[in-house]
Amino acid sequence: MRAGERTRAALKASFVALLACAGCGTSASADGMKLVHAERSLYREVLIYERRGMRCMCFTRECRIGRQTCMDPDHPDRIVMNYPRMMLAALYANPEPRSVLIIGLGGGTLPRALQQLLPQARIDIVEIDPAVIRVAKTHFGFTETANVRAVEADGRVFVKRALREERRYDLIMLDAFDHEYIPEHLLTREFLAEVKSLLAPGGVLAANTFSSSRLYHHESVTYAAVFPEFYYLKKDNRVIIATNGPLPSQEVLRANSERFVEEYRRFGFDAAQMLALFRTTPDWNREARVLTDQYSPANLLNLR
Amino acid sequence: MAVELLGGRLLAPTFGSSIYVWGAIITVFMLALSLGYLAGGRWSTHAPSVRRLGLILGAAAASLVPTLVLGNALLDRVAIAVPDPRFGSLLASATLFLVPTFFSGMVSPYAVRLLVRERATSGRHAGQLYFVSTFGSAAGTLLTSFYLVLLFEVDRILMFLIAISLVLASVAWLVRGDADASR
Repeated sequence: MRAGERTRAALKASFVALLACAGCGTSASADGMKLVHAERSLYREVLIYERRGMRCMCFTRECRIGRQTCMDPDHPDRIVMNYPRMMLAALYANPEPRSVLIIGLGGGTLPRALQQLLPQARIDIVEIDPAVIRVAKTHFGFTETANVRAVEADGRVFVKRALREERRYDLIMLDAFDHEYIPEHLLTREFLAEVKSLLAPGGVLAANTFSSSRLYHHESVTYAAVFPEFYYLKKDNRVIIATNGPLPSQEVLRANSERFVEEYRRFGFDAAQMLALFRTTPDWNREARVLTDQYSPANLLNLR
Repeated sequence: MAVELLGGRLLAPTFGSSIYVWGAIITVFMLALSLGYLAGGRWSTHAPSVRRLGLILGAAAASLVPTLVLGNALLDRVAIAVPDPRFGSLLASATLFLVPTFFSGMVSPYAVRLLVRERATSGRHAGQLYFVSTFGSAAGTLLTSFYLVLLFEVDRILMFLIAISLVLASVAWLVRGDADASR
């Protein structure tokens, strides 16, 4: 599962459109959003909408509470949303990870990109919802290969098991979302400490989070409790990039970013633009309460 | 119900929040309650008293203490011993909640016996009791899921619930013998 950018204005617009359309009995709403596929799962309804040449996966009707992921079916290699672009900037911190763990598959944008960037890397993806895995394959061009495998499991359970088996990853990407936000047990100090132990020395963590609501402060201090320093990139979403070991300098990031200029251009974005987004200065309230397994009302905090 | 909600929280770090984790928790609570009803009804036929009702409440509260103290250690043990997450969460949930919920289940039928004095009004008394217990469950659910988790740690809320039960248990224990409904 994966959350895309928040589109409050668009939500409002589509809600108004929905009201206007109440009872008109068609799957296409006023702004041309067309439902192309719906699949019931254990957890939710996985919905695929198409609108103006863009295909999106949503967990709520009319994508009312955000989009999980989007792609352009005519140019499937293009990365159309900001958050996966920022997530891929994690490669500036370690350009050649040999093993990658992605928690939350969504439409498989990240594994598809990483597969092309790092053909030799072993990529494990954990996804709780089998319907999401199916839809990623049928509608978003995700494929499993000898090096890329999708495991159906809860992210936290997978991490604990991988720790017991003493596995380590060079790059871990946290991108698990339900229809609202990140599940609460994947947002605690204890979980992040487990993830940190699962990183190889010098390994990199990239986490996709939102930047609005008062949860932002709690989430930031929780990351800071486990990773004393980290970079963050902020657009509509905020991506955190942390390392197991000293944080690479801006110079190292710049040098590494140059290796990806060509490929990122092919993906439809500018490698240097992502580099310019890296920040370290905290812009959150450092007095906020840290989220723990004992205290994790994340979704309630996200309301305001 | 408050404990059941918190149960989800306690299990999530070890077993995740997959649908079967909630399934396991609800199964254990329902099973324990059903057995508790049976046992509570049975025990009410032998010299029922408010004191003994207090004893049941006290047992329910006391049996939650190990959950509080040993919870995480037990969960890790179970997760390692039972790799299948479905039966792992079922066993974990049973270990933590079967006994306290069993005692909680004993309360209602036992209290029916204490309240009912004649057959004509027995339905009304039972209805009132169902009302109080189910309404209390609704209130506990709302309070816990909307507000308490926003203010306190899970263990703190559990301690609070145990404390309330213990207070009620002691009040029942201290009630004089003439409140005794046995005849």
